[in-house]
Amino acid sequence: MDADTTAWESSSVARVVPPARPRKLAKVPFVELAEGRLQGVVSSGSDIDRVYVSSIAAAGHGYNCSTNNNRPCGGLGGAPCKHLRALADEAVLQYGIERVARYLRADVDGAASTGADLIAALSGGREPAPAAIVFSRFLRHLTYLELPVTTEPIPELHWFPATGAAR
Amino acid sequence: MLATPLKELLDQAPDGLPEAFAVVGGFDDALVHGLARLGEERAAALSALAGAVAATPLGERAADAAAKAAAGSVTDDDLAVLAGARAALLGAAHDALLDSLDTALGRTRAPLEPAAAAPPAADPFAGARSWLRELAIAGWRGVDHDLVAAAGQTIEALLDEPRLRRQAALLDGLAAELRACCPVAAMPRPPVRRWADLWTRALLFARPGAAPGIGEDVPSVSGRLFVLGVDVHEHATAVQVQAHGVLEPAGGEPPRLVRTSVAAAKVDTIVGPALWRLFGGYPVLLGALAGRHALEVTGLPLLASGDLIWHDDRAVAGEPFDPFAVARIRLAGALAPAVPALDRHPVRIAEPVLAEDYTIERGERPALRLGEARLEFDLDRLPSCGPLTPELVAASTACIGLVRWDAGRWLLQPLAVAATVKRKPVVAHGGEWATGPTDPKVVKAEARSGDAVAVLRERAGRLLRR
Repeated sequence: MDADTTAWESSSVARVVPPARPRKLAKVPFVELAEGRLQGVVSSGSDIDRVYVSSIAAAGHGYNCSTNNNRPCGGLGGAPCKHLRALADEAVLQYGIERVARYLRADVDGAASTGADLIAALSGGREPAPAAIVFSRFLRHLTYLELPVTTEPIPELHWFPATGAAR
Repeated sequence: MLATPLKELLDQAPDGLPEAFAVVGGFDDALVHGLARLGEERAAALSALAGAVAATPLGERAADAAAKAAAGSVTDDDLAVLAGARAALLGAAHDALLDSLDTALGRTRAPLEPAAAAPPAADPFAGARSWLRELAIAGWRGVDHDLVAAAGQTIEALLDEPRLRRQAALLDGLAAELRACCPVAAMPRPPVRRWADLWTRALLFARPGAAPGIGEDVPSVSGRLFVLGVDVHEHATAVQVQAHGVLEPAGGEPPRLVRTSVAAAKVDTIVGPALWRLFGGYPVLLGALAGRHALEVTGLPLLASGDLIWHDDRAVAGEPFDPFAVARIRLAGALAPAVPALDRHPVRIAEPVLAEDYTIERGERPALRLGEARLEFDLDRLPSCGPLTPELVAASTACIGLVRWDAGRWLLQPLAVAATVKRKPVVAHGGEWATGPTDPKVVKAEARSGDAVAVLRERAGRLLRR
């Protein structure tokens, strides 16, 4: 075992998850790698009250896109729609292509760098997906911003130092 | 910080420290593989942990809990006792380390007053305890998506209760790391010490009354607060800004080292300078951080731990000041606070210091050299919400920082630096961007990505209340 491995294992503040990289949230407010899928929510370009729920599964790369009221996306034909393409683009910005490709077990080559490269490396077709669950996860995500600020110290957060890796 | 005592601190580890960490390491290894698969060697590690606290009031219970774990019939209470034994060992390590640091800095620390017995409280933690038990039984190697997802409802319920924010933030941070590493069995090496720390902490605080909150009897103080630097803590769904400073109490009492904190819940896409926008309700505090002026405070509760409970409406902006000058005059004589019993862990050591007249040793791990002493900078702790960079630190000639200890070594976390860049003197502070970034490049990048907080609040307003 080398010294770096030992230091990592014996550090109380070893960095485990790289922080998300900053990106524009207006078009795709929510992206996550969870439940075996790249999934997220894409704002409709025409109706401010409508959002699309888009997802790509790691197993088999099946994809889907529908509104939050479970109506299928009109743009979804034999290929991923513009919402899925936007989801892939923003996921690559937020996590970096390596992490997304690893999660989706997608075989991208070393030159791949964009959401389009990621989509090109996928092999699946259209498949049903639990849009309602993804949408409720997005709503839960938003509720964090509704929680009040506290001025009582949280000593536990000393285990979570802020880092500069986001820059 | 003076060269000779610093050299002594760096050269001489407290007696018994490696032995204590070896015992803790044995327990942590048991958590990697899970209590369901202990085997002889790891069962012996649990006995060794119990043996290490044999002379304490925990002794008999710990021996019993280790035996029951080895027999495969561990209860929640047994786990809590083992967690308590691990915490007690690290508490002793903390005390020894902090004591040698105080000696090196010539710092006087207030004695710890015994805590009042916590009033009986409700127990909303059954779900948390049962999840933590499942984790211990499965071991980190056995953690999969389903086991992580099982914590979801428990964490959601804790988050809904503002008084349980500490427990919620801790469990949420641990669950997010486990989720990102699933399945952990495929990970080359898990962060063994870290996850055992978080598990132990979570279990000890998943009990009624463990974190009773701020009582009525907390004394309040008035006076002048000089913030010397800002420490930022962050995971995907929480951020805490902790300002370290010197309080000159009204009425001429001696100055004290204090901290004051603001913490917000957030989401992973709010990062960098945008973090400050979560604290828009604290304009007086943020203005002082950005503008480097003193704060005149009136009637703020001050905990024995040195935590000043911030109320923005009980503070007004005072005169601008030079933090380096104040640190030079005030840090040496200020009274340091006691560390509450349950917070005694090496990770909590964060002592504000001023270092100057040093030379920089560049390389993979940059350090400052003061006489014979070589103290490494902790450059992983430069937050993205401020202007400090590794380059600035490497060009620095003076530094206000926090002395920390991790993985067997002392480190200096820079909070503010005075440096020479292109032959010109510059000063950079971690809180400089509290009211918005001042670096034109960062302003431009912010404008390009838009206001993340505003976008998500708009979405929340439109979608959540339907």
